[in-house]
Amino acid sequence: MLNLETAQAPHKLRRVAIEPVTRVEGHGKVTILLDEENRIHQVRLHIVEFRGFEIFIRGRPYWEVPIAVQRLCGICPVSHLLAATKAMDVIAGYGPLTPTAEKLRRLLHYGQIVQSHALHFFHLSSPDLLLGFESEVAKRNIFGVAAAFPDLAVQGVMTRKFGQQVIAHIAGKRIHGTGVIPGGVNKPLSVGDRDSMRGGIDQIVDWSKAAVGLVIKLHETNPDFYKGFGESRANMMGLVDERGALDFYHGGLRARDADGGPIFDHVDYATYKSVLQEDVKNWSYMKFPHIKTLGADKGWYRVGPLARVQICDVMPTPLAEVERRTFLAVGGGKPVHGALMYHWARMIEMLHAAERARELLDDPDIVGTDLMADKGPRRREGVGVIEAPRGTLFHHYRVDENDLTTYCNLIVSTTNNNQAMNEAIRAVASRYLSGRELTEGLLNHIEVAIRAYDPCLSCATHALGQMPLEVDLIDADGALVARARKG
Amino acid sequence: MRLVVFGWGNDARGDDGLGPLLLARVADAAWPDVTTIEDFQLQIEHALDLDGAEAALFLDAGRETPAPFVFTEVAARRGESHTTHALAPEAVLDVYARSLGKTPPPSFALCVRGERFELGEGLSAEAAERLEAAWDFLQGLMRERTVEAWRRAARAPAPSP
Repeated sequence: MLNLETAQAPHKLRRVAIEPVTRVEGHGKVTILLDEENRIHQVRLHIVEFRGFEIFIRGRPYWEVPIAVQRLCGICPVSHLLAATKAMDVIAGYGPLTPTAEKLRRLLHYGQIVQSHALHFFHLSSPDLLLGFESEVAKRNIFGVAAAFPDLAVQGVMTRKFGQQVIAHIAGKRIHGTGVIPGGVNKPLSVGDRDSMRGGIDQIVDWSKAAVGLVIKLHETNPDFYKGFGESRANMMGLVDERGALDFYHGGLRARDADGGPIFDHVDYATYKSVLQEDVKNWSYMKFPHIKTLGADKGWYRVGPLARVQICDVMPTPLAEVERRTFLAVGGGKPVHGALMYHWARMIEMLHAAERARELLDDPDIVGTDLMADKGPRRREGVGVIEAPRGTLFHHYRVDENDLTTYCNLIVSTTNNNQAMNEAIRAVASRYLSGRELTEGLLNHIEVAIRAYDPCLSCATHALGQMPLEVDLIDADGALVARARKG
Repeated sequence: MRLVVFGWGNDARGDDGLGPLLLARVADAAWPDVTTIEDFQLQIEHALDLDGAEAALFLDAGRETPAPFVFTEVAARRGESHTTHALAPEAVLDVYARSLGKTPPPSFALCVRGERFELGEGLSAEAAERLEAAWDFLQGLMRERTVEAWRRAARAPAPSP
């Protein structure tokens, strides 16, 4: 396939920019360069990453960092809280967590996965939003499937609410939670709160299982399309436990190639720099990490649900594992790489997280009161890694002798997926847009591919207003030819 | 009038904290039949917080909002986005209507113009001044707490900068 990252003679080409008109600090933009025949020569996804991370964190006492990082992202503050606290467990010199503390942190994390995945699927990608394509037949098929799930909207809201309740019970509050601290957690879970969550979890498991069923039915309406849309063969990376099972909270790094072959396995994440390299490109603020041994061109990788369900040897809960095997069968023994397959994988993960939450709520340790680990000597450096809803999240800190943070390096999930997202939209542009007169419907294909990844857009700022997409057609001289607005 | 008040934003990002700061004053005022909800962003679950309310008020910062603030009535409208990161008040009302099958309560937005939204910044001097103006206005609203009065206020000319 033609390399669409950089055009040979960009000054001779027409430029299309797909840009959200937003007052938020972080946003995404797609630019497409076309020639006179509308053939595509260059496609780039630009995301304004979190800027000023390091300055925001540097100089803070290490014990403040887990609280401060929750303000980096309004959609997944729990992910930053947990990754930062794992790093600070190391720096503060704590040994292994107590069983209760680890289980509470895990329950918090599973609650966050459930609520994040539910939000994405039920609200953003539910059938009537998943495909804004031009085909009336496709639309009728999709609406037909959706009609069999009339309670989808309310299930989405209630599932999301449940996840928020888990977060509030363990972190202390829905936002600005302080329940997780270096060395453990600072308050036990009451029996009443445990019982409240236990009373709701069976329904969440049932809804999650039904959501997987809905995705399968959608897939059955056009299997080749779902498998191939936005397909980009990618290496894959994520955390697995010592048995090779999926573990959202802790494990070693595993990377597999596009055919499922091993690249590295059970790598201690504290040594992530021995296997990953972060590069920059002159057209994007966002870093481009890749697997060191493969180099920048071949070493880029995918993280998140589509990678996780395919690199693990097993999902350690019964219902999710059955669904994972059904998913794997689509590829006939080889990994699948279509962008829309993310939706299916995401729902399997939601089911797994709900099952794991149920197991923990049935575990007597969850209401234990031994909350803090034993403390050893202080350390100057720590790395914390978790599998956040969108993928692997790295937090790396160094502190000085006064306990003040001197170094901070974060690789957020969307950064890990940077090249993969770019490749997905290039695949979509090549397949659906090249050589055709661009319409809003065709450009929506690009949006559908981006939406599948659900990129994190540095959204901790959110001023009031819409976030429409605006498409500008600009000629080679930079003059505005046409403008379309959506949303 | 049972009122639910949402204030959202991130106090670590400069003027984005205007919504929570206003909300904190509402909470401190302890007016009867007022529920306050703070969050980083509006999301679909906030639709449930609307249930049982006779009116809703959304407090937020705006980047290009006419200074010092605007007060408008908002209605349900479907929000389509490429990310899950946030909902507009109109979209929350739409989720309420679709999820609960009910007409959302009359809803209003008080949006205060901010100037600086960078991570780690405090409130700008301009935003601090507008916060006071918005608080005066909000106290006026609460003195005549009826939907009709608030609709009149929403139709009135915007305050001068």
